[in-house]
Amino acid sequence: MIPVCRLADLPAGASVRVGTTPPVAVFNADGELYAIDDTCTHQDASLSEGWLEGCLVECPLHAASFDLRTGQPTCLPARRPVRTHRVTVDDGIIHVHLFAEEGTAA
Amino acid sequence: MRTVTVVGASLSGLYAARELRAQGFDGRLVLVGAETHAPYDRPPLSKDFLTGRADEARLALTDAEERAGLDAEWLLGVRARGLDARGRTVLLDDGRTVPTDGVVIATGASARRLPGDGLAGVHTLRTLDDARALREELIHGPRRVVVIGGGFIGAETASSCAGLGHDVTVVEAAVLPLVAPLGPEMAAVCAALHRRGGVELVTGIGVAALRGSGAGASRSVDAAHPGRAQAGPAGPPVTGVELSDGRILPADVVIVGIGATPNTGWLAGSALALHDGVLCDDGCVTDLPQVVAVGDVARVGGARAEHWTSATEQPRVAVGNLLAGHTVETVRSVPYFWSDQYGTRIQFAGRRRQADAVRIAEGTVEDGAPGDDGLLALYERDGRTTAVLSVDRPRPFTRARRQLAYDQDPVEPTTAVNL
Repeated sequence: MIPVCRLADLPAGASVRVGTTPPVAVFNADGELYAIDDTCTHQDASLSEGWLEGCLVECPLHAASFDLRTGQPTCLPARRPVRTHRVTVDDGIIHVHLFAEEGTAA
Repeated sequence: MRTVTVVGASLSGLYAARELRAQGFDGRLVLVGAETHAPYDRPPLSKDFLTGRADEARLALTDAEERAGLDAEWLLGVRARGLDARGRTVLLDDGRTVPTDGVVIATGASARRLPGDGLAGVHTLRTLDDARALREELIHGPRRVVVIGGGFIGAETASSCAGLGHDVTVVEAAVLPLVAPLGPEMAAVCAALHRRGGVELVTGIGVAALRGSGAGASRSVDAAHPGRAQAGPAGPPVTGVELSDGRILPADVVIVGIGATPNTGWLAGSALALHDGVLCDDGCVTDLPQVVAVGDVARVGGARAEHWTSATEQPRVAVGNLLAGHTVETVRSVPYFWSDQYGTRIQFAGRRRQADAVRIAEGTVEDGAPGDDGLLALYERDGRTTAVLSVDRPRPFTRARRQLAYDQDPVEPTTAVNL
């Protein structure tokens, strides 16, 4: 379980990159928190810097789009999913539970 | 249409094949590819593939599962050598002919070469085979590398070579590299990346000859008539690059990055208009309604783009028009390209004209180079933004890029939730 930042510091529409290995991106999509692998599966780009629209994030390099709920790509050029990670809030602090620790998709 | 033949099996050809199936074409689909490789992505060739960060598996654009789903006949390692006057038969260089109802021309472009560049150690970088050969030369300890041409391929290759520990010089004939797409102010800022990356940049001077060891091994260069790509047997090893002022840059490896020529030679004698590409209307349709062209080979609405994004966007429109039998939709995207060099990411979108003013909207220029936080520059004409340039500022760049698309084509409002 990795502390990310205060909930108050991640308003709706914002995202933050967590420098884990591999890095993770945490999004506040209209009040819902999501965490996915930060690196686009197509080419080297950070999804935390992507364009957020509803539950979809668009990669800033080639406009591949991923569903934050499932990690599945919704259009080319990405063809492989990113992993999703469980997010919790404890005492106003956002935590990410890495997929590898959980053993199952959140 | 019962048969559609896609000539060219790289990025735009593959996207065209996907679009044909996605848009309901269920007839015979034939893909002809000059290279023996299954479709692969070229941008990493000058970057992660060259430095060894990415292997060939990372380049694949498709896999067995998708290929099975496409249900196409793949003729790889075969070149098209002609299209009959009615555009109903594709002739192949192995003597076969493919009778067809529709044709997608996606034959791309070939790296320009310097005439008589048959010296060992002289490379172009366009194909996987090119990249394999160059990579092989770069793993034997530090070499003296001269890159001729400071465009995207040249700059990225120079950056990769410097990252591998080689001694690199870039020679650019123009006053500044990238001055045509970026304009003088921003081209100067981006040129500083070479200096910061430890690469020497020589500008405003042409190349007179490539020099090799042994008698008579000098190869004169007629810059006005660059040659076409043709692999020949390697001659004596290259030893240097002679500039037009007589200076000689010693070199063990020379990379020629002076642009690309559209692959239209096979269409000589066809009914299609050719002029630096296959001439198409705004919907990628040629003079023959059942023949469309996409990607680097296509001159769409008077302009030929050599950008990855154009090659992926044009096929949807082109295939729609092909199946409709005439132009029902035009390509409306805002031009976009990116370049990764010296640890920074340059992104550009829009249509800059020479008289456009440019201003730094975010970030700073420090010592002539982009500041540590990158920068965002806006190009403006008559109070309107015409183009945007970003160095390591992806989010504001995306916002500006989407705004450009919206200004051009106000279809759906962009959300304002992104911070």
